[in-house]
Amino acid sequence: MSISVLMPALSPTMTEGKLAKWHVKVGDVVKSGQVICEIETDKATMEVEAVDEGTVAQLLVAEGTEGVAVNTPICVLAAEGESVADSAKAAPAAAAPAAPAAPPRSEAPPALSVAAPTPAPIASEPEWSGKTVHMTVREALRDAMAEEMRKDGNIFLMGEEVAQYHGAYKVSQGLLEEFGEKRVIDTPITEHGFAGLGVGAAFGGLKPIVEFMTFNFAMQAMDQIINSAAKTHYMSGGQMTCPIVFRGPNGAASRVGAQHSQCYASWYAHVPGLRVLAPWSAADAKGLLKAAIRDPNPVIFLENEMLYGQSFDVPEDPDFILPIGKAKIERQGKDVTIVAFSIMVGKALQAAEELAKQGIDAEVINLRSLRPFDTETIVNSVKKTNRLVSVEEGWPFAGIGSELSALMMEHAFDWLDAPVKRVAGLDVPLPYAANLEKMALPQSSAIVEAAHAVCNR
Amino acid sequence: MAKPAVKPKVESLPAKSKSSPKSSGPGDNSVSAEDLKSFYRSMLLIRRFEERAGQLYGMGLIGGFCHLYIGQEAVVVGMQSTIGDEDAVITSYRDHGHMLACGMDPKGVMAELTGRSGGYSKGKGGSMHMFSRDKHFYGGHGIVGAQVPIGTGLAFAHKYHGGKNVSLTYFGDGSANQGQVYEAMNMAALWKLPVIYIIENNRYGMGTSVERASATTELYRHGEAFGIPGERVDGMDVLAVRTAGEKAVDHARSGAGPYILEMQTYRYRGHSMSDPAKYRTKEEVDKYRNERDPIDHLRKRLLDAGLTDEAALKAVDAEIRKIVNDAAEFAQHSPEPDPSELWTDILIGA
Repeated sequence: MSISVLMPALSPTMTEGKLAKWHVKVGDVVKSGQVICEIETDKATMEVEAVDEGTVAQLLVAEGTEGVAVNTPICVLAAEGESVADSAKAAPAAAAPAAPAAPPRSEAPPALSVAAPTPAPIASEPEWSGKTVHMTVREALRDAMAEEMRKDGNIFLMGEEVAQYHGAYKVSQGLLEEFGEKRVIDTPITEHGFAGLGVGAAFGGLKPIVEFMTFNFAMQAMDQIINSAAKTHYMSGGQMTCPIVFRGPNGAASRVGAQHSQCYASWYAHVPGLRVLAPWSAADAKGLLKAAIRDPNPVIFLENEMLYGQSFDVPEDPDFILPIGKAKIERQGKDVTIVAFSIMVGKALQAAEELAKQGIDAEVINLRSLRPFDTETIVNSVKKTNRLVSVEEGWPFAGIGSELSALMMEHAFDWLDAPVKRVAGLDVPLPYAANLEKMALPQSSAIVEAAHAVCNR
Repeated sequence: MAKPAVKPKVESLPAKSKSSPKSSGPGDNSVSAEDLKSFYRSMLLIRRFEERAGQLYGMGLIGGFCHLYIGQEAVVVGMQSTIGDEDAVITSYRDHGHMLACGMDPKGVMAELTGRSGGYSKGKGGSMHMFSRDKHFYGGHGIVGAQVPIGTGLAFAHKYHGGKNVSLTYFGDGSANQGQVYEAMNMAALWKLPVIYIIENNRYGMGTSVERASATTELYRHGEAFGIPGERVDGMDVLAVRTAGEKAVDHARSGAGPYILEMQTYRYRGHSMSDPAKYRTKEEVDKYRNERDPIDHLRKRLLDAGLTDEAALKAVDAEIRKIVNDAAEFAQHSPEPDPSELWTDILIGA
């Protein structure tokens, strides 16, 4: 059977090109890989190699011809044992054996959309009614790591100053002594490198906990977090897994200036393939970090430096753990729903106390998980209160509050009696001066004011 | 084409061989006639596979980016012959040859190129994003240099697990100036991780020559700041690659830490399919093709040494042709992924 050589496309958008030069003539024997002609477009030049072997029977397009359409037969080869004359006669009707007129992928009308599957219901947090112990968020995080590390030898902690220094914020206190330097590893100050190394270790079967001294420095590692950790499971058709936790303080600390004071919640929450958690209390910190370490996916765990020293009651039960993806109603109320996460939960609760004195009964929801997002709990609350205030420390534009507002449009529009109000950090790099810094960050007074506005009183 | 374990010395190279690797070490001349024939076959498979991929691209059956490995075959074939089945391999986006050399099924690779459900990533990854846990091939990475810390992390996991496995981490001359590469090298040397950094210096990062991109062009010396030994290797000669590779792998396996091999190689085709071909001369490309081709070189060596004959080589050609035809056939007839695949493999257990 004679073989047609077709005009190739150099890019998916190319429709035609110039046949610039023939390197073979009729009667030449062509071998696989031999350059037979050159084609050109306005952007590119390419030598066309023969894939099949044979003798050139006919050149169908003259050298120098412009506007040759992609997939046009340009040359006929007689296969071994065939007569050149017969092959030439057969052309150009003889289509290339493997050349469908159009790629089969365009034959069937594509499915225009496939609805996202409904996420499996997430079991609610069980009632932890046993004894509790009062501890700081810092201790809760340390205990969560230690407990999980005792159970699974593949878990290790790496980051800047996590070992001998006990953590820049003392979160990993005592871990080096208990687990040794094989599992508690001080890294050089090279976030991009050690984040990528952690991803590789996770691909290789380990369960790394990578501490960023603060999430500000994780911007150096952003590519490895998003492109390598979050996407590889999908890009490998489910073959590769990346069980890794990236954790550290996020958001403003105190008087450290703009480069060290930024909330990354909406950045990470944007990305499919990640889970994003933001604990507030010590119980959140412990229960969610344990869940994050056990989760087989990459998890971003956003802590807050200002919370590290705050103490809360934590269930003593050794099996205590929290579900990923469930918000928690921290305070029941009927007049307005205030949604917050991380340090802003405390501010929201303060505001609720103040509002109560003024006759407004606020419900406060602690998001705890930003991806997945517990829309259901918020919608149910709004069905009751009909008013919503969102609170976050980060910037307002394209923030978590923006997403929340959109979700309410989609899922709770008919129940809203007022537009959603966003309380957020001001749209400026965080200033150093004490007075300006305070003005730039959301205070409970702003939440009170917003609640009044949506309640119209 | 399974990766052969490091072979015992079976048969020395014939005396007329010009390869005579200059370094001394345990790996010298431990190449059998069977090895040589298997290298030839592996390189030819990659060459023919890539030519066919180029053709399918030209027919519109492969979309997006498609980076062909034609010309560089000796690097991956020589290196893969020095490692065992449990060692890890990772590379950049010019990855088809690495997958074939790791023993991955040409059908699955080609079907991924055409975006079909029979592809290694079910059609969801494409040319640059394919993996095989079975064969310890960890991708296929589209971000220049990103595979270097990841490959270093694979070596970290090997060391953590306490075994003797190593990580072959391939990257190009273009990646060789990326910051994260040096961050990774530092940690690899600091922690004595069993990783071999293989710089495939094909002389151009896209269209920018090494001389125009790199302040120092002796890329094998780029680990000196961290005390990582390096060697420059003729990457067009599969035996030179093999010899250097054995030494580097032995070094890493022994616990002595990382090693750098700079493979001097050349890609005949453009960076991707659409390439202006203005940054180098046609004469330069022809010179490599005609005078330095790794496959021609080995073919001549096999014939000159009387290790094979034209008839046997023709049989190999036919066998490879069939494998590649079958792969192309499969890649065109495997169905597109089911629409429901859009929403799978995003998270585990969600």
